[in-house]
Amino acid sequence: MVKKIDYNRRPMPKQEPFERIKNFDEVALGYTEQLAVEEASRCLGCKKPLCMDGCPVAIDIPGFVSAIVERDFAAGIRKIKATNALPAVCGRVCPQEEQCEKTCVLGKKGEPVAIGRLERFLADWEASSGTIERPDVAAPTGKKVAIVGSGPAGVTVANDLALLGHEITIFEALHDAGGVLTYGIPEFRLPKAIVRREVEYVKSLGVKLHLDHVVGKTKTIDKLMETFDAVFVAAGAGLPWFLEIPGENLNGVYSANEYLTRCNLMKGFRFPEYDTPIKRPSRVVVFGGGNVAMDSARTALRLGADEVHIVYRRSRQELPARLEEVENAEEEGVIFDFLTLPVQLIGNEHGWLTDLECLRMELGEPDDSGRRRPVPIKGSEFKMKADAAVCSIGNSPNPLIPMTTPGLEVGRKGNIVADEETGKTSREGVWAGGDVVTGAATVISAMGAGRKAAKSIHEYLVNQKT
Amino acid sequence: MYAVVERQMIVPNLHEFTVEAPEVAESVQAGNFVIVRPDEMGERMPLSVADWDPEAGTVTSIFMQVGGSTAKLARLKPGDTIPTYVGPLGKETKIENFGTVLCVGGCYGIGSLYPIARALKAAGNTVHTLLEARSSFLLYWQDRFEKVSDSVIELTRDGTAGYKGHISRLGEILTLEKIKPDLIIVNGCTFLMMKASKVTEPMAVKTIVNMNPIMIDGTGMCGVCRLTVDGNVKFACVDGPDFDGHEIDWEEFLKRRQTYNPEEVHPLRKSGCVSHF
Repeated sequence: MVKKIDYNRRPMPKQEPFERIKNFDEVALGYTEQLAVEEASRCLGCKKPLCMDGCPVAIDIPGFVSAIVERDFAAGIRKIKATNALPAVCGRVCPQEEQCEKTCVLGKKGEPVAIGRLERFLADWEASSGTIERPDVAAPTGKKVAIVGSGPAGVTVANDLALLGHEITIFEALHDAGGVLTYGIPEFRLPKAIVRREVEYVKSLGVKLHLDHVVGKTKTIDKLMETFDAVFVAAGAGLPWFLEIPGENLNGVYSANEYLTRCNLMKGFRFPEYDTPIKRPSRVVVFGGGNVAMDSARTALRLGADEVHIVYRRSRQELPARLEEVENAEEEGVIFDFLTLPVQLIGNEHGWLTDLECLRMELGEPDDSGRRRPVPIKGSEFKMKADAAVCSIGNSPNPLIPMTTPGLEVGRKGNIVADEETGKTSREGVWAGGDVVTGAATVISAMGAGRKAAKSIHEYLVNQKT
Repeated sequence: MYAVVERQMIVPNLHEFTVEAPEVAESVQAGNFVIVRPDEMGERMPLSVADWDPEAGTVTSIFMQVGGSTAKLARLKPGDTIPTYVGPLGKETKIENFGTVLCVGGCYGIGSLYPIARALKAAGNTVHTLLEARSSFLLYWQDRFEKVSDSVIELTRDGTAGYKGHISRLGEILTLEKIKPDLIIVNGCTFLMMKASKVTEPMAVKTIVNMNPIMIDGTGMCGVCRLTVDGNVKFACVDGPDFDGHEIDWEEFLKRRQTYNPEEVHPLRKSGCVSHF
């Protein structure tokens, strides 16, 4: 019998917009078993599946999808975990529409299989089943590896190398593990309990986690090299960029990193129960168009803002954020001011932001990135009221390690130079990956870099003379 | 968790705070700071280091009780533990043989000034220390400074110890004491550092100040500690905390420091008599 092709994906149950802007709980509620099986059944089971090509960590996608169809969820999650230590995280924050789902054959005529949602379903199913399966860990090799940073890249390397029998210690600068997953991505998109769960899983493989340790300051890379056989640097994107326009040091102007860290890591939204304060202004303007801009705007709404604007210099088409996040923000009432460029921030006599001056833009010829270049329209200056502004235009890599590690080659933008295929740096025994190499990018690309580096580190360790 | 070794009020409102943190004690230098969190609900606060003992694995700071979070620190007793104590952070104070150095300290900055004076002396400088306070009962650690300085000068607003007046008298004091500094280093509250920088500018003596903005992570990630130095935006946590006092936009800095003043004292307003029963 020929299977009837179902072109429509099952929608994800979500909290209603009017409800969710009043809480920090997760917006997307996840598939039920029934919905997951129905969605998985849409998979055509291609002889030559293209979806896997789109995955930076090469998950056996057809394998886990067919396991869901057969309702063998334990087998499904086992397949994912063979190559991905963070399925609950990836199922939520990966840009699947640009990766696995982009190459799904169903996507040519209809909607691709919701691979990310199915991955999330299996991870959540395992967590709620109460028994977390662990792959076998190889016999100890006696080799010690230090990992700098407990974000997606660091955790991936820790997972891969721990399974191969190496002794792993992760050094984390902050007081909680997870890197950007903890301080950056908000609770309503990625609950911190899930990050904690995945970090606990990696710890259960024997990985040691050393918090409150700033490599480059508490100990240098050279110092670590005295006791470890290899070091993997995944220190993340450090210094936030500002627009470099007048008035950026006014009170009420935040980097997205500060705004989100106050809220997520420090739990400012629960002030005064938690001590770290965060302002709750009524008109908030966010600069930028990426996922972090969406996160900042939606956080502002939940903190009680009456009006939240996203000011972006290009048009909706060019927004780098995931479509799903843009739609969520629109549903929640975020106002988008496209083709708008802030040129000056204006404050009152006490140094607090009150207004911004902007220019209208129009799209001109395509630039190096292939996107049409925004060009200011002469005489189009106008003012907007704002009592808080959040700059969400990117970060440069953290400078602490390059500053304190002689012989480590650094690129023009302050990024650590590492081989794309192996993650090797200019220093023997030192690898690097994630945002500290590429500048701010995605969770999964950091994990992909971690995967490659882990392979290279393992080869180095087993070939090393003892 | 990090064990509190000592927490004692040494003069009204200023506390000496020693914590067991061997890895910090091993690599800390004068001018560095640490970030502490008093409990799991607490905020991250930068504290300049005032002393350390690598053998005992302990680090000491002096802090002033101002708002809710420092009040939490002030309630700690030896044997208590705190969840976060991370460092050393920031660039260390540049130490070399400058010739004659005047070290100016006030308030909690007297504490962080001490290891600077000690290192300068060890580097062969002639070190003069000027300690400033509202009144004699707010001065401390003079005995320690005596051991690492060629002279210790006191300056109190009410004249109960040493010279009477404020840092604005610095020029006159230097003439009277016959001190011609090649470098001035100021540690203390923002106001003292700003006033001192304004006084030393016409003297054309380089003046280094140890800035104390609001911070969260202390590693360059959040950018809340930014300030304008010589027209450029700098992050105090990774570019500083030491900067040239003549290049700082003080007005902007003072305003930024006040961002959370209402929230800082919020817990104190709520701690009326009722909450003690």
